[in-house]
Amino acid sequence: MRWITARRRHPAAGYAVVLLMLVALGGGYAFLTGSGAAAAPVSGPSSESIAKGADLFARNCATCHGLNAQGTSVAPSLIGVGAAAVDFQVSTGRMPAKANDAEQARKPLAPDFSGPDGPANIRAVADYIQSLAGGPTIPTPAELDLSGADVGRGQELFIANCAACHNFVGAGGALTYGKYAPALNQSTPTEIYEAMVTGPEAMPNFANSTLTPEDKRDIIAYVTGKSTENNPGGFSLGRVGPVTEGLVAFLGILFAVILAGMWITAKQHGKTTR
Amino acid sequence: MTETNGPAGPEQPAETTPDETPEGPRRVVGTPPPAQARALLVRPEDEEKPPPERELPSEPDDLDRAKKAEKVVASLFILAMLAGFGFIAAYIGLEVHSLDAVLRSNLVLGLAMAIAFLALGAGAVIWVRQLMPEVELTEARKPLRSSPEDRAAFKETFEEGADASQFVKRPILRRTLIAATVPVAVAPIVLLRDMGPLPGTSLRHTAWRKGTRLVQAVTGVPVRSADFATPGGILTVVPEGYLENDEELAKSTVLLIKLRPEQLEKPTVMNWTVDGTVAYSKICTHLGCPAALYEQTTHHILCPCHQSTFDAARGAAVIFGPAARPLPQLPITTDSEGYLVAQSDFHEPVGPSFWERG
Repeated sequence: MRWITARRRHPAAGYAVVLLMLVALGGGYAFLTGSGAAAAPVSGPSSESIAKGADLFARNCATCHGLNAQGTSVAPSLIGVGAAAVDFQVSTGRMPAKANDAEQARKPLAPDFSGPDGPANIRAVADYIQSLAGGPTIPTPAELDLSGADVGRGQELFIANCAACHNFVGAGGALTYGKYAPALNQSTPTEIYEAMVTGPEAMPNFANSTLTPEDKRDIIAYVTGKSTENNPGGFSLGRVGPVTEGLVAFLGILFAVILAGMWITAKQHGKTTR
Repeated sequence: MTETNGPAGPEQPAETTPDETPEGPRRVVGTPPPAQARALLVRPEDEEKPPPERELPSEPDDLDRAKKAEKVVASLFILAMLAGFGFIAAYIGLEVHSLDAVLRSNLVLGLAMAIAFLALGAGAVIWVRQLMPEVELTEARKPLRSSPEDRAAFKETFEEGADASQFVKRPILRRTLIAATVPVAVAPIVLLRDMGPLPGTSLRHTAWRKGTRLVQAVTGVPVRSADFATPGGILTVVPEGYLENDEELAKSTVLLIKLRPEQLEKPTVMNWTVDGTVAYSKICTHLGCPAALYEQTTHHILCPCHQSTFDAARGAAVIFGPAARPLPQLPITTDSEGYLVAQSDFHEPVGPSFWERG
C-alpha cells in the first residue's frame, strides 16, 4: 500500500479517486443487472406422437406436476391448460423450473428441449397436455400474421390492458412478494400471444372471446415494434421513461461538475506563489 | 422642482446649504445638499491614504511555461470558434423534415454547442491558472450601515420631498390615490374564482346507471357474460357511450375480474356479482391512480403509485399500503341478451377521499 500513500498528494490523485468510483459504480451496476440469455424462438413443426410427449413429460415435468399432470402440493394441475401454456413455459425456459421461486425467469432451455430436436419435443409435450383436456392451442401462423396490424390501436390496447404491469414500452415491473412482470423485449409474437391466452403465473388471461385475435395482433405489433426500436443516444436505460434518464443525466453531470471543480480550484504546481 | 441647477457636484462651495440660504440654488429632490455631496463620494479619511502599492506582477514567473499555455489557450479558443461556426452551419445545412433528421440535427447542434462552450471554458480556466498570477488578496468590506451624515441627509431629503409633493397637505389627492390602488390589490383574489366551480355532488356520482352496459375500454365492445368465462381473466370496462369522455372515464373506469364463484368471500357483495365476475372501481382510493396490476394467482390488485394492495376475492379489502378504503364494488348483472350491465351507480364515491366525503 506504500505506493498509494506515497502518491496520495499527487495532482491527479483526486481525479483518480473520482474516476475509480465512477468505474466501480458502473461496473457494479452492470454486474448486478446482468443480461439474460437469448431466446430460442420455436417454429411450429407438425405434431409428434402423444406417447413421445407423455414420455418426455414423465422425464421432465412429472416430479412436480404429477405423473398424470394432475398437480401436486408444489405445482399446479396441467389438465386443461392447453398446448399454448406448455409451449410458452417450456420454449422460454421457464419450465422445467429450477426452484419453486416467486417468479420463473426466462432461462436457457432444458437439454431435452434445446438442440435440433427441441422444438419437436416441446410440441410433443404440448400435444400430450392438449390431449388430456383441451385448452388454448398454439397460435397458427395466420393468427401471428402482423401484416395489416394497427400499431396505434395496439398501443391503446396495450396501455389499457398490459401497461399497468409491463410498463408502457414493455419494460416490465415489480409485483408483490417477489413476483414481477417480465420485460417483453425478448418476447416473440408466439410467446406474447400464448401469454395473453393462457395467463402464465400471476398474469391474468385475455381470452379470444373478449380480447379478439385482431386485438392481439395489434398488441403484438406494438410490443415487437417497441422492442426493435432504436434507442436514441445509444442507451436504453431500462426504457422506463424520464426518471432513469434524468437520474443518469444528473449523476453524469454531477461527476463532470466535480471533476471540473477540482481542476479549477486545484493548487498550481510548479508555480511560485507570493 | 422644475428649475434645476444640475446635480450638485463636489465643486460646489461647501459653506452654503439651501437650508441656511433660501435664496441659494435649488436642488433636485433626491440629491444630497452640497455640503454632504463631497462626503458621499469620498470620505476625508480615504483621501489621506497613499495610492495602494502595485500587488500583482505583470509577467508570469516562468515565461516558457506561459508561452506553452498561451498556445494551448489560443488553440482552445480557435476550437470554440470553429465549433460555433459549426453550430451555425449545422443549423443552416441540416434538414429537419423527418424524425430521424431532427434527431441527427439535434445531435450535431448539441455536440457543436457543447464543444464550443467546453473549449471556451477550458481555455479561460487554463488562462487563469497558467498565465495570471496566483496572489491572495484581501479586500476589507465597508460597513453596511451608512454614516450618520448620510442618514441625516436622507431624512432631510425625504421630508423635503414629502413636503414638496404636498402629499400631506392635500388629503383628497392622497385618499384618491390610495382608493385607486385598492381594486388592483383585490384583483388577484377575485381571479381565484377561476379555480372553481366547486365540484358540488359530481364527486359522488359516476356515469353508471341501471342497465348501462359494460363495454371494453378502447374497443367499446360490450362484454357478454358467457364470453368472459375463464377464471383469472380481467378486463378494463367503461360505461357504454362514454368511451371518448375522458373526464367521465377518470371516475367511471372499472376493472372487471373473473374468479371461480367459490373464491369470492365476504365482504364482497355476492348479489352484485355474476357467476364469479366482480367489478371494482379502477380508481385507487388513495390518490386516484389506476389500480390495475392484477395477480390472478393471489387475486391481489396492486396500485402502481404507492403499492396499495387490494384483495379482489374479499371485496377489494385493503391488505397493504396507504389506501384507507376498499375499491368500491359496482353492482352488475346481465340483461336479457346476456350482456353485463350495471344494476345502479356505485353506492359510495369512487376515488380518493375528499374533505366533504364524510
